[in-house]
Amino acid sequence: MELFTHNSQALLIALAVLGGLALVFGAILGFASVKYKIEGDPIVEQLDSLLPQTQCGQCSYPGCRPYAEAIANGDAINKCPPGGQDTIDAIAGLMGVDAPELDAEHGQEAELPTVAYIREDECIGCTKCIQACPMDAILGAAKQMHTVIADECTGCDLCVEPCPVDCIDMIEVEVNLTSWKWQLPVNKPSNNTQIIASDKTGGAN
Amino acid sequence: MSKCFPLTGGVHPAENKQQSLQQALKQAAIPRQLILPISQHIGAPAAAIVEVGETVLAGQTIAEAQGPFSAPVHASSSGTVVAIEERAIPHPSGFRGECIIIETDGQDNWVELQGSEHPFKLSHEDVLEKIRNAGIAGMGGAGFPAAIKLRPPATCDIDTLIINGTECEPYITADDVLMQRRAEDIIQGTLLLAQLLDQPQRIVIGVEDNKPQAIAALQTASRQYGDKVEICSFATKYPSGGEKQLIHILTGREVPSQKLPAHIGVVLQNVGTVAAIWDAVKLGRPLVSRITTVVGQSLSEQGNAEVRLGTPVQDLLAEFGFKPDDCHNLIAGGPMMGFSLETLAAPIVKTSNCLLAPTPEELPPAPPAQACIRCGLCAEACPASLLPQQLYWYAKAQDNERLLSHNLMDCIECGACSFVCPSSIPLVQYYRASKGAIRQAEVDKVKSDRSRQRFEFRQLRLDKAEAEKEAKRQARKKAAELAKQKAAAAKATGNDGSQATGADKPADNDLVAAAMARVQNQQADPAEQLAKLERGVNNAHNRLQSAQQKMAEAEEPQQEKLAARVKQAELRHAEAKKKLSDFNAEQKPVVSTAEDKPVSKDDPVAAAIARAQAKMSMSPQEKLQANLDSLAKRLDKAREKIAKAEADGDTGAKLDAVKTGAAKLAEKIAAAETELAELQPQPTTTVANKPEQDAASAAIEKAKSKAAAQASMSDDDKRTAKIESLKQRLSKAELRLNKAEAEHDDNIEAFKTGVEKLKQKLIEMEVN
Repeated sequence: MELFTHNSQALLIALAVLGGLALVFGAILGFASVKYKIEGDPIVEQLDSLLPQTQCGQCSYPGCRPYAEAIANGDAINKCPPGGQDTIDAIAGLMGVDAPELDAEHGQEAELPTVAYIREDECIGCTKCIQACPMDAILGAAKQMHTVIADECTGCDLCVEPCPVDCIDMIEVEVNLTSWKWQLPVNKPSNNTQIIASDKTGGAN
Repeated sequence: MSKCFPLTGGVHPAENKQQSLQQALKQAAIPRQLILPISQHIGAPAAAIVEVGETVLAGQTIAEAQGPFSAPVHASSSGTVVAIEERAIPHPSGFRGECIIIETDGQDNWVELQGSEHPFKLSHEDVLEKIRNAGIAGMGGAGFPAAIKLRPPATCDIDTLIINGTECEPYITADDVLMQRRAEDIIQGTLLLAQLLDQPQRIVIGVEDNKPQAIAALQTASRQYGDKVEICSFATKYPSGGEKQLIHILTGREVPSQKLPAHIGVVLQNVGTVAAIWDAVKLGRPLVSRITTVVGQSLSEQGNAEVRLGTPVQDLLAEFGFKPDDCHNLIAGGPMMGFSLETLAAPIVKTSNCLLAPTPEELPPAPPAQACIRCGLCAEACPASLLPQQLYWYAKAQDNERLLSHNLMDCIECGACSFVCPSSIPLVQYYRASKGAIRQAEVDKVKSDRSRQRFEFRQLRLDKAEAEKEAKRQARKKAAELAKQKAAAAKATGNDGSQATGADKPADNDLVAAAMARVQNQQADPAEQLAKLERGVNNAHNRLQSAQQKMAEAEEPQQEKLAARVKQAELRHAEAKKKLSDFNAEQKPVVSTAEDKPVSKDDPVAAAIARAQAKMSMSPQEKLQANLDSLAKRLDKAREKIAKAEADGDTGAKLDAVKTGAAKLAEKIAAAETELAELQPQPTTTVANKPEQDAASAAIEKAKSKAAAQASMSDDDKRTAKIESLKQRLSKAELRLNKAEAEHDDNIEAFKTGVEKLKQKLIEMEVN
């Protein structure tokens, strides 16, 4: 009998201790969840920072952030032609998935970045392109000639379609002395060098 | 001689320095044309300040520095500016850059140079100004504007000044020759820089031990100037001449990653730069020439030459007997770090320390790269203690993150790793490409962040504009509701007035009323009344039955309407019955044959009804209109019945009953019209709800009062009122016309026609 009471006492102590611990940790967790509450979805922020921010809508979402949200909710990661394969790889790395090829349905990756250029003597000053520009990169007023601030233009194409006189061209940004960079070497054997057959297959690559 | 610290890593390529040291320094001839790029330094390009056709003298500034990270450009000989255009420049990209082209006159006339007798008595600012104005950029190869390096951040305490005379790259002997020939100038220039840096504790010139003549010359010169400058020679090993490497060799200190030498208290300048600085301060002579090594077996003679900047490479090579067919690859710079020149038209610039024109046997093309065998020789050779092999894999995978974490940015691109690689992998090219990609990614990131900001700001702005619009819309709505409530309140209080007009309305329809009264007077006979009542009951009963039947037959949508009609009919039936019983209770039933009531009496009734109808149809209120329409229909029916009765020669009782119905209808019409009168101001009040339109609301207020007044007016009164207002408008219009005529307004014609029209209207009105 005494054994039983002893046992039940031990049981009660154990229950009390564990219950007390549970309460303490619960309180700490509850406090932490309130104190360190994260506003918004951090993965969306990270995805958004990887996207090129052209706001072109080629992914069928109205901007880069909506697409980032869509990816966070499970949409495909290969819908961004301006970002190209680099962006897909970066997102794949972040999401821990295999990087797919760019979905051709949404467009091709441009060889060179482009900027919009308004042929100014043809511009009628309708302001339609200004309203279409997601970057506020077009300067002008009604009945006044418009022009593109090339530094701010992301080459999203959105101003081309609304122009009633088709005076906007997308011009490829040419590489100049400051933007030039070395290219990765292409391993091509010179003609007068004797090499073994396997070298031609690019053993070093 | 103080202790030197050995270089980490490094290689021993064939020195090949003897070829160019066999000949004395040559003075290159003045070329026919000078090509002076506006950007021969790191930083913002200079801006041309001469125009095509302008005559310039040697030493004249032809392009001004743009901001502190820039350097001016000077004419290196006298002549005429013939063009400012894009020309081939010595750059690894092979791109063209903007150049000022001077057609030389061969006179080599100089501008008057503002020298300084006592350079050491000048203030720091003056010295720096002279250095800046002389366009001196690092002549070791990087081309960093010298003046910036010589004004280190105030937080950095400079205790060591190092002058770099290492010249570790094979083939190049330009600095060696300079040190041999101008040791005194270099020592004096070094002392001047020491003064500029507030006399650092240690002033040292580092020279590799493969230049004994230069070391001897410097030591002699140093002794001459108080032995303040230490000449330190150390074992030859490539790349000891790298900035960070030399600092380590001479001081044992290491420049931290992404930091400047100034952060560890060291300032370092090339010997060529020091000599140029001395020239600039002592003689006031800007940087217009430099010593360049011209070397390679495709030349008939090899050596060093003092060359005017802007001299085309082909002119210089021609002086050394260049055989283009023998040369397979013309290199600007040395064999380790130089780059291929794609054209001989490119000029010599401030950083051109060497032209290497080797034959294929002398410098064979790199064999094709083979697979990395992970031998680790590159890691041993790396003077920056990096892991070239790892970097190579990451560069191939374009894994920028890992490249950065492996400190790719600390790579000095010396080429030691490529030199030792048994697989001939062009490692440096991988690193250069990766560095470029990383820098590009950084630029893109900055741009995309700015794009995001701009986009988000735009969204914010649009949302704000939308919210403002919405708020305005809400405010308008609220104001409209308030106005409506006010109007309702006003109607409640002013109901007496409108009721009065409503009560007046039947009186207004006095024609109808009179007709009805006449008809009723003629039916004053009690017997007739009884008959009429009985008829009414019957009629109502019949109508009730027919309505019920119709309702039974009617389709769903109409049933409601019909139900209402049935109810009405029931009510009327009950009323008629009650009236009959009342009448019966009051009076003895009198049976009379008041048959001979003139049938023609119907006509005025019909006319009155038609008039009433016409009046009703004039009402603008849709709802009432519908109501009145139904009334009119019923009147039509009544009229038909009267006609039928006439045709049948029916009894007077029946006719009377119909007439009573007509009278009742007329009453209803009157009631409806009262309602209409009450409703009339309604549309104007809704218009008046726009709070901002004060003038409009005032006008509406006027119109309302006018309408109310008109409602109580007889036709004649209305007409006179109208005539009055027309007259007023006419007089106003005439006034305006007069004014317009006096001022010769363009709108006279419009005013005239307006007055004309008003006059015509007035006349019409008066005639009516």
